[in-house]
Amino acid sequence: MKIGVLALQGGFVEHISHLQSLQVDTFEIRKKTDLDREMDGLVIPGGESTTIGKLLKELDLYDDLKAKINQGMPVFGTCAGMILLAKQIEGKSNASFGAIDIVVKRNAYGRQLGSFFTEAEFKGIGKIPMTFIRAPYIETAEKNVDILSVVDNHIVAAREKNVLVTSFHPELTSDNRVHQYFIERIILKR
Amino acid sequence: MKNERYELNKNLAQMLKGGVIMDVSTPEQARIAEAAGAAAVMALERIPADIRAAGGVSRMSDPKMIRGIQAAVSIPVMAKVRIGHFVEAQILEALEIDYIDESEVLSPADDKYHVDKTKFKVPFVCGAKNLGEALRRVAEGASMIRTKGEPGTGDVIQAVRHMRAMMSEIRRIQSMQQDELYHAAKELQVPYSLVQYVHENGKLPVVNFAAGGVATPADAALMMQLGAEGVFVGSGIFKSGNPEKRAQAIVKAVTNYNDPKILAEISEDLGEAMVGINESEIQLLMAERGV
Repeated sequence: MKIGVLALQGGFVEHISHLQSLQVDTFEIRKKTDLDREMDGLVIPGGESTTIGKLLKELDLYDDLKAKINQGMPVFGTCAGMILLAKQIEGKSNASFGAIDIVVKRNAYGRQLGSFFTEAEFKGIGKIPMTFIRAPYIETAEKNVDILSVVDNHIVAAREKNVLVTSFHPELTSDNRVHQYFIERIILKR
Repeated sequence: MKNERYELNKNLAQMLKGGVIMDVSTPEQARIAEAAGAAAVMALERIPADIRAAGGVSRMSDPKMIRGIQAAVSIPVMAKVRIGHFVEAQILEALEIDYIDESEVLSPADDKYHVDKTKFKVPFVCGAKNLGEALRRVAEGASMIRTKGEPGTGDVIQAVRHMRAMMSEIRRIQSMQQDELYHAAKELQVPYSLVQYVHENGKLPVVNFAAGGVATPADAALMMQLGAEGVFVGSGIFKSGNPEKRAQAIVKAVTNYNDPKILAEISEDLGEAMVGINESEIQLLMAERGV
């Protein structure tokens, strides 16, 4: 199995090490020719969504990735990755793939002083550690979307078919069960 | 709880990796930086080149100006305090700044002590020109490090020197025997636990950016190839002929720092780079402030 990790900006190294801890081969996507490789799944990391969105367009990756996602390629986005996968973003519009039927609020917990750590239930996994960094949350989700985790009455993880998103950063904790979930329940069940 | 906050602050720096942090002095410049793909902006009244030219005492920026920039963009906003000026830091914390840069670019307020950064909830980034300085700042609570370089010059030589010094010292520590580490901690004047971390992990315990004198996409890529995890660009953008285009090019250079073909493409036709001053021509070495 080979998973491509979008490596334009942000915390992609942390995702790569989590995936490698699960014996998965990974490669970085930084330019168009990187998409020529065979890919069973895609991870969009945390970082700044405006930066990553801009680079997706500028480096001419956006259309090809959007086509792959639309064709059902499994994709997992954390934080900025969730914003980039959402159908609608409150406030600013962005270069988004529109792949999951949710409305996302950016910087929903405020500035860095609002960043926090907690432990909460994740449907199908159990209690997991969650690190929120200037995080977004899901304001509303359509019926076809499976809500996987709720913290303080806000949706922080969801799935629609091949698309998995979290507000928090499982890659910043030592727990790799959300990555395992992505591999076992989404990529291998495809 | 205290440790948890420090972890979250180190985590924010991790999210800035592979990004460019740009100096801006107006909301308008902040919007240009954000649109160009900056991962964060540094709000300051005068960019280092102007501070250098103006001389005199340079202080924390007007909170009103910082608020204006916070309102203009959705990316993280950083701002500078003078070395050791913990009240300026308290003020920036009250503004809910995303990162405080305790910076040698401003006139130092204390020639002996840095700010005790463990007393704050907001994160700090500090400059360093070698491993000892970097680890001392981490011991004081910094959650991100950058090279000092020589700000406001457009001359990359000092940033290169500082990054090379840090990386080579890290490699030296990595190859040491356990019993040599105690002595290394003594030599570097840093806590043993931090030396131990560097020995085991081959890197700093926090994210490490390049700063000071980066003016072109090639400069940014050079710093990345030397081991920086991202780049601060100060005067290099808004002192150049075409800030927007140069900013975009530097952002792309940091992502594709290992691809000379892409670097060649984006280096084309950027207009005039900042004129710059050579290291040997400058009167004031900001890097010597705060060791």
